[in-house]
Parts: sequence; structure tokens; C-alpha cells
Amino acid sequence: MMEKDEMLEIEAKRREWEEKCYKDWLKKTKAKDEGFESLSGIELKAIYDPSDVAHTDFLRDIGYPGEFPFTRGVYPNMYRGRLWTMRMFSGFGTAEDTNKRWKMLLREGETGLSTAFDFPTLMGLDSDDPLADGEVGKVGVAVDTLKDFEILFDGIPLDKISTSFTINPPAGIILAMYTAIADMQGVPREEIRGTIQNDMLKEFHAQNTLVLPPEPSVKIIVDIFEWGVENVPKFNLISISGYHIREAGSTAVQELAFTIADGMAYVEAAIERGIDIDKLAPQLSFFFNSHNDFFEEVAKFRAARRMWAKIMRDIYGAKNPRSWWMKFHVQTAGCSLTAQQPLNNIIRTTIQALAAVLGGCQSLHTNSFDEAWALPSEEAVRVALRTQQIIAYESGVTSVVDPLGGSWYVEWLTNKMEELAWKYIEQIKKMGGGSMLRGVLKGIENGFFVKEISNAAAKYQREVEEGKRFIVGVNKFTIEEELKIPILKVDPEVQRRQIERLRKIKAERDNSSVKEALDWIKSAAENNENIMPAVFEAVKNYATVGEIIGTLKKVHGTYRKPIIV
Amino acid sequence: MEEKKIRVVLAKVGLDGHDRGVKVLARFLRDAGFEVIYTGLHRTPQEVARAAVDEDADVVGISLHSGAHMTLVPKTIQYIKEYGGKPEEMLILVGGIIPNDDIPKLKELGVDEIFIPGTPISTIIEYIRENLKKKKGSINER
Repeated sequence: MMEKDEMLEIEAKRREWEEKCYKDWLKKTKAKDEGFESLSGIELKAIYDPSDVAHTDFLRDIGYPGEFPFTRGVYPNMYRGRLWTMRMFSGFGTAEDTNKRWKMLLREGETGLSTAFDFPTLMGLDSDDPLADGEVGKVGVAVDTLKDFEILFDGIPLDKISTSFTINPPAGIILAMYTAIADMQGVPREEIRGTIQNDMLKEFHAQNTLVLPPEPSVKIIVDIFEWGVENVPKFNLISISGYHIREAGSTAVQELAFTIADGMAYVEAAIERGIDIDKLAPQLSFFFNSHNDFFEEVAKFRAARRMWAKIMRDIYGAKNPRSWWMKFHVQTAGCSLTAQQPLNNIIRTTIQALAAVLGGCQSLHTNSFDEAWALPSEEAVRVALRTQQIIAYESGVTSVVDPLGGSWYVEWLTNKMEELAWKYIEQIKKMGGGSMLRGVLKGIENGFFVKEISNAAAKYQREVEEGKRFIVGVNKFTIEEELKIPILKVDPEVQRRQIERLRKIKAERDNSSVKEALDWIKSAAENNENIMPAVFEAVKNYATVGEIIGTLKKVHGTYRKPIIV
Repeated sequence: MEEKKIRVVLAKVGLDGHDRGVKVLARFLRDAGFEVIYTGLHRTPQEVARAAVDEDADVVGISLHSGAHMTLVPKTIQYIKEYGGKPEEMLILVGGIIPNDDIPKLKELGVDEIFIPGTPISTIIEYIRENLKKKKGSINER
């Protein structure tokens, strides 16, 4: 970054400062000089200077936003041109309840929708399944058939707003439903925007919404890619997610490494299928966590963009610069929320959201302060949205692109995150005999990912238990308190009402067309053909989520995760 | 004679996959000298009850982050009884995201204690050591 002589001078001065000034001061004040580390356990020095980034080449490694390697952002002007999408993950009860909450959020200034589904929907079960008892509409909206989607999107124009769907095993069904709604609204398919999470690999590592075994799960994801690039070219066909890996207890480095490893695995699977990488790449998106360690998170986001650009250009040979972009959504860390002194969570969320913005996210969800107790109340979700709006409109941080770029500490930490993540990626590649796809599948089979994450979670908890790590209100500054915040209650009648609707639809629909479509799905799955055209046909005829997933289970079997504590 | 190890069955009941808490707890209880049996993910109330009875559990710890606790926890207790277990001689514990209002209701339904996010594991360990004897003792005195 600078002339050799000048660097030597700085290094000499640094040594002199350490010996004379710094160490004297420590001695005099009896202060400690060790035990300073990031949340992920990266050892930190007291100060960083140009000698810490001596090998960083400004033009090669940092550069300018909108250009390779995109360290500073995917767009040349970032938030000066357009703010990130404020997208609050939201859903509960029936489609009516959720539609109402969405409209409230849009009135309050939200700029994109994000759907939370209930557990039966996430697991591909219908609301009347015995295993769904007690779970219908609890952590998200219940969706059994296209009918629920018609209600969910009532009065929401698909050509005006984008919607994200946090769903995995039934992701293809949900994409088909959304496309069917576009058809009904008369919005051209090539215009609809949004995201399906559709990332099964991280489910095996961390989030555990598990239905089919790993290999058929990946096959179906590639089916969705293949169908999606042709039918819905502006829709993100996957959100490759580190969020849940982090929530399960990983470090920031593991989150970064495993997410990128999964991303590489998907790209390899798509290439194996013969999909043009430059066609698919713009429809890939990512999803990260933003935790409490402010600088580490900023560095993680910057490193992630730089790594993905290199991977797409140099490893997979993508030609179009647009294919080198890593676009990502961020959610503040749910696992950092405390049930104790819940208002403190607003402060945590603010710091985490600021890190996401300074890290250059494309969309952001901020958690509500009451979420260690329940789904958020209207008041709590409003404060969470206002947090983003205050950052956007009052803090001034949006005026300059990548304002932390060039900080010796941030650049050093960005390099460090990247270096440590590459080590993991190399290890995974080795497990796969040179293939990231085989490596990731191997790591699922042999428990590599689960063990890595569990060990990190246990280490973190040990540090909290031993008082080496403080959580305000939990193991420091605790008080006796009575909970005074209002808690959202999901109407207990939801399950009954949802089952009633489902029965009515099953009685009224054309059951022979449903059967035909389900048979088509079965034969497509058995013959290793793309299932999506058949899934779309089934959805249009009001086949249920449970019927479609049930058909796939019959062909591919049901996955049961080995127990690794 | 060596004191018999306290047997703890830890369970994920229902559809939610959030197993960070329960797995960390399993490790720490094991390190603290308990005998821990973890059921794994996505268990039905019947499966959890079956494990509690077959393993002769002193403590049953049910973890849920799904909001389905008011359905699945009472069902689990009911099946423990049905399968010949004695919930009154066990500690039935629940951990996870449990709204404040539901805590007294769960206690009325036979849950001994509810541990919300952020509870130090040392608190859970102390709770088990103090209360298991009390609960078994009160039965023996009758």
C-alpha cells in the first residue's frame, strides 16, 4: 500500500511505541494485555496500523464499489442510490392474520415483505396432520393450498413489491404458488421479484427443517434453478444462508466459510446439470447473521463479497461481472436476544443493524425486543422497523459508500476472516476429493458441520457460565424484574379454522386433476426428471403442501438426522 | 457405595429444529455427572414419554421453541402416566421460548419448572440437585 522505506519507518516506530509508550503505560496502570479477542475468538491487538495491512493491495483487494472484487459493495453508489430493502420477517395465524400484519408494516414504511411460515408448512405437513397438532399458525402463517396464498396476497400487487419466503423443503411449491398468484393478478412472470430460501444444505448443518435425504434435496433445488431461470428470471431462487448456522452456535468464521462452501456446492450441482452459470448467478442470493461484535460483522460481510467474486470469476469461470456479485440479506442475531430486561434488545439490535448497513447489505430484518418471549407484538415490531429507519434517515451513515473501508483494523480483520474461511473451504474440498458438492455432502454424512457448530456453541456457553463473557442483564447487571411487555397471542381457534378451510377445499376441488398432477410428480421424481412443471400443475389444482411433499417422501424416503450432541 | 447417577431424558418434541440449547445442556449435564439420554429431533409426545418410562428417568427436560408447548407438554405428561411412569416422582422441566403467561399454566399442568432463554446452566443443575430429592422425598414420606 505504500513505499517500502515508509513502511520500514512505520514498523520501527511501532516497535518503539510498543516498548516505550505502551508497555510502560500497562505497567503503570497494571492493565492486562491479553485475553482480547473477537466474539469468534480471533486474538486482537491493541492497535492496528499500516504495517498490519502491508500485503494488502488497494486496487486488487479493496478497490471501488460496483467493481471486482466488490469488497466495498455491489453497487457503485450503494445507499446513495437506493436504501436497503427493509424487510421484516413476519407471519402468524391464518393467511388473513398475516395479510393484516403485512399491510400494517407496509403502512409503517416497510419496503419488502418476508414470510414466516408455521412449522407444519415448513416441514411439508398439512394442518390436519396429527403431527401438526398444536403447531398450526404458531410461529408463522399456515399454508396448505393456493387458496391460502390468494388470501395472503389479497391487495398486495406483485408488480410493486417483492416478497421473501423463508421455506426450504417445500420451496418449489411456494414458488409455484407465488407464480400462480402473479398469473391471477395479470403480472408477467418475468416481472415478479422475491426470494425463496430453498437452501437445504444449511438445514442439515443447523436449522433442521429436514424432510428428504441430502442428495434428492439438492436435486430438487437444481430442478427449481432450472425452472426458475426460464420462468421467473428476476426471482432469487435460493438464499444461501449462514444465519441459521450462526444461530446454532457457530463462530462468524464458520458462518462465513460454511455458507460459501454451500454456495459453491450449489453452483457445482447446477453446472453438473448443464445450467449456464452466468444465467443462474444473478438469481443466487445470500443471507447472513449480524451478531454483537460490530467490527467482526462488518469484516465478515466485506470478506464474503470479496470471496464470492473470486470464486465465481476465477473458480467457476463466470464471465458476466453481474455474476460476481454477492447480494445478501441480513437478520440481526435472534440468539443474542435476552428474555431478561427485554428493552435492552433494542440496543443490541441497533448495533447489529448498523453493522449490516456498514457491511453493505441489500436487505435487512431487525428483530423485535420481545422475541425471546414470543412472536413480536405490533409495538415491538414497529420499534424494530423504526430502528432501521433511524439508521437510514437520521444517522448519516448512508451518505458515503463503505465508510469503514481503509480502517487498518477493519481491513486487517476482513483479511483475517477471509484467510480463516478459506482454510475451512480447503478442508471441505479435500473431504470431497476436489469437489465442493461432494465435500459438503460428505461433511453432512460424517457429522463434520454439526460437530464444528456444536463445539463452538458449547465453548461460548462455557465462557458465559464461567463469567469470561458478559451478557448484560443475564450474567452482569442483573435485576429482579417482572415482565411488563405485552405479548402477542395467536388465536387458539386458528388450527380449527385452518383445518376447516382445508377440508372445504379438498371437497370442492377437482380431485381427479389433483391425482393426475401428483402422479406426474411421482413419475418425474422416479425418473430423475425436473419435478417443477408437475409441482406447478398440482399447485394450480389446489393440491396441498402435504400431498406434494408426501409424494416426494414416497419416492425419496424420509431423512432422520443422526444424534450428535 | 457410589451414589446412583441422576438420569435425565432430554427431548425435542414437535416440529421445531432449534436444538442448540438442548444439546449444550446435554453436554453440561453430562460433564456435571448426570446420566443423559437425548432423544434427538422431531419427537412426538408418545416417543418422549416412551423414552422417559423406558429409561427410568428421574428428570424429563422438554425443549420447544415452537409455541406448541400448551399442546405438546401436557400430552407428554399424559402419555408418561399412560405408559406406567410416575410424573409425580420425576422432575418435569421445560426449556425454550415460553411466554410469561403460560408459565403458571404449565406449572398447573404438572411442569415443575420452566427455564427461559439466558438461564445459566448452573441454575438448572442446582435446581435439579435441590428439587429432585425434595420431590422424591415428599412421595416417600406419604
